[in-house]
Amino acid sequence: MSPAKTTTVNTAHSVVEPSSRSKRIAATLVIVYALVTMLPLVWIFLTSIKSPPDSISYPPKILFTPSIEGYCNLFTTRTRQTPEYIASLPAPDGVCDAVTRQRNMVIAGPSNFLPRFTNSLIIAFGSTFLAVGLGTLAAYGFSRFKVPLADDLLFFILSTRMMPPIAVAIPIYLMYRQLGLSDTALGMMLLYTAVNVSLAVWLLKGFIDEIPREYEEAAMIDGYSRLQAFRKVVLPQATTGIAATAIFCLIFAWNEYAFASLLTSGSAQTAPPFIPTIIGEGGQDWPAVAAGTTIFLVPILVFTILLRKQLLRGITFGAVRK
Amino acid sequence: MAEIRVEHLRKAFGEFVAVQDSSFTVEDGEFLALLGPSGCGKTTTLRMIAGLELPTGGAIRLAGEDVTYKRASERDIAFVFQLFALYPHMNVRKNIGFPLLAQGVPKAEIKARVEETARLLQIDHILDRPVSGLAGGDRQRVALGRAIVRRPMCFLMDEPLGTLDAEFREVMVRELRELHNRIHATTVYVTHDQIEAMAMADKIAVMNHGVIEQFGTPQEIYDRPASMYVADFIGSPPMNFIRFSAGLPKGARAAHIGTAEVEMPELRRDVAPGELALGVRPEHVRFSDASPLRGAIYGSEYLGTNQIVTVEIEGGLVRARLPAEHSYAIGEPVGLTFKSERLSLFDAGSGRVIPSVLHEGALRQEARHG
Repeated sequence: MSPAKTTTVNTAHSVVEPSSRSKRIAATLVIVYALVTMLPLVWIFLTSIKSPPDSISYPPKILFTPSIEGYCNLFTTRTRQTPEYIASLPAPDGVCDAVTRQRNMVIAGPSNFLPRFTNSLIIAFGSTFLAVGLGTLAAYGFSRFKVPLADDLLFFILSTRMMPPIAVAIPIYLMYRQLGLSDTALGMMLLYTAVNVSLAVWLLKGFIDEIPREYEEAAMIDGYSRLQAFRKVVLPQATTGIAATAIFCLIFAWNEYAFASLLTSGSAQTAPPFIPTIIGEGGQDWPAVAAGTTIFLVPILVFTILLRKQLLRGITFGAVRK
Repeated sequence: MAEIRVEHLRKAFGEFVAVQDSSFTVEDGEFLALLGPSGCGKTTTLRMIAGLELPTGGAIRLAGEDVTYKRASERDIAFVFQLFALYPHMNVRKNIGFPLLAQGVPKAEIKARVEETARLLQIDHILDRPVSGLAGGDRQRVALGRAIVRRPMCFLMDEPLGTLDAEFREVMVRELRELHNRIHATTVYVTHDQIEAMAMADKIAVMNHGVIEQFGTPQEIYDRPASMYVADFIGSPPMNFIRFSAGLPKGARAAHIGTAEVEMPELRRDVAPGELALGVRPEHVRFSDASPLRGAIYGSEYLGTNQIVTVEIEGGLVRARLPAEHSYAIGEPVGLTFKSERLSLFDAGSGRVIPSVLHEGALRQEARHG
C-alpha cells in the first residue's frame, strides 16, 4: 500500500478537529434548515396576533399592528348586537370586551377551548404515563426473563404498528359504542395507550438491554427483592430511555387527530379536532385558530426542551454509550 | 462466617451440562479458588452458591442450612462481580452502604460502618465521589467494601481482578490475601489465572468441563496432580509428559522408557499393559552426560534468573528449567535425569494418575473431602 493511501485511511478513522471551513458549511446548513422548519411556526404565531382582516389580506402582511383579538375570540363565544345596544352598555370590562365591541359583538360566555385543551392534557399525559409504565414493565420482562415465544410476541407487538391505526377506526368506533367508551377520556386514554405501548416496549427494551444484569444481581445479593432491585437500580438507570420514550408517546397522543375527531364530539373532545371548528361562521377567524394552535404547541415545546438531551439519545438509541 | 458445603451439585442449560456432580466443602474461614479455563463451569458453580442461578440437582448448605433454592437476597452472602457492578447513579458512600440500607440498619450506624470499611480499604478519601470517575483499583476496593461492610457469612468473587492490568493485579492479589488474613471470611474465588489461585488460596478446585478434576491445597495440586489435565493446566511451563507403553506390577519403582530405565516413586497398584505417561515438572529435569535417556537440544528461552531449555527425545519434547548461566547449542546431544521421587505416572488413556508413594498424603486429603 502506498504511503498516501495509508494516510487517508488513518485520517478517516481518527478524530480530527473539523476545519473552520467545514464548520461554517455545517453551521449554514443547520441555520437554513432551522429557518425552513421554523417558518410555519413563526407564521402561525404571527397570524395569532393579527386582526382578522389582516390575517386574510392579500398579499399577506408582514408588518401589521398586533392585536389580541385572536386570543379573545379563542376563549370566548360572542353574539352580534346592534350598535345602539352596544352603546347602551356600561363601560367595557377588560381588553377583550373592548375589542369585541369594536366588531359590533358582545361576549356571551367562555368558549369550549379551555375544557378541550384540558381534555388533551389529561388524555395525552394519562395515556403516556400508562404506555410508558406498562412498556417499562413489559420491556424489563422481555429483557430479563425467558418469556416463552418472546420473539413471536415481540413481533406481534410490533405488528400492531404495521397498519395505520385509522384502518381499524370503524371497528373501534362500534366497539366503543357498545362499551360506552365513546366520547370518554378513559376511552381515548386506553386507545392511545394501546397504540403507544408497542413503541414503548420496543424502545425501552433496547434501553434496558443496555443495562447490565449484574446491577440487579448485585442489588439482589445486597438483600433486595427483584422488584426493589428494579425500582432502586434499574429504573434510575433507565430514566434516559424512559424520558425519550415518554416524549415520543406524548407527541403521538397530543397530536392525534383522526381517532379524536371520530370518537369524541362532546365532553371528551381533545384540542386537535376542536381547533378547526373555531373558524366560525364566515370562515374568517384565522387569528383565533392560530391562537389555539400556538397555545396547543406550548406544552409539547416545553416538554421537548426540558428533555432534549434524552430525546437526542432516544433517537440515536443504542449508538451512544456512556 | 460459615462453612459452605456443596453436595452433588449439577446444572444443565438445556442439553448443555455446565456443572456435573460437584461436591466440595469450604471450611469456615477458608479461601477456596475455583480454577479452570473459561466455560469449565466455575462461574456457574459460584452463581449457584450465590443464588443467582438455580441448580438442576444437588444441594448447597451454608453454615449447615440448606439454601439450595433460596433467593439470593435471603442468603447471607456477598458477591464481587467481574466488572464490579457499582451502581452508577450512587456515589461511593451510597454504594458501600446499599446492603445495609436493605437490612434496615439505622442511618447513623450505616455512616459509621461505611466509614470504618472505607478506612480498612484505604478509600475514605473518595467516599463522596461518584463511582464513574474512579480508577480500576479504587472501583475494585469499593466493590470489596460493599461486600465486607455487611459482614456476611461468606464472600464470593467472580474474577474480580480480571479487568486490572498485570502490574496492578499483583498489588491487589496481595491486598486481597491480607484482607482475608485480617477478617478470615470464608471465600470462594473464581479465576482462570493459576498464579492468582496459587498466591491467594488455601484450597484450589481445578475444574474442567463441569467436573472438579482435583480439590486440594495449592501444593498438593502442583506436586501431586490428580490428572494429566491438572498437571498440564498448572505450572508454567506445564508438566512434561513422556509417553511410553508398558505394564507394571504393584511395588514397581522404575519403568523402561526406550532403552533407559527411569526410577520413580513406588507404585501402589498394578498397572495393566497400555499407554502410560510419565509426568515431570520442568524444574525436576537435570542434564547428565552419563544418563542413558538421550536427547538433543531443540531450543531455549532465556528468563533471566533461569532458562527453559527444550530437549527433543524419542517420546516427544521435554522442557527443563535450568540455571541461566550455561548456554546450549541447538542440536547438541544431552542426557536427561529426573528427580525420581517427584515424578507422577498417568494412565494416558483415562488421564488419571496412578497412585504411588507420592500420593499417600494427598489421597488421605481427598478422602476427607469426599
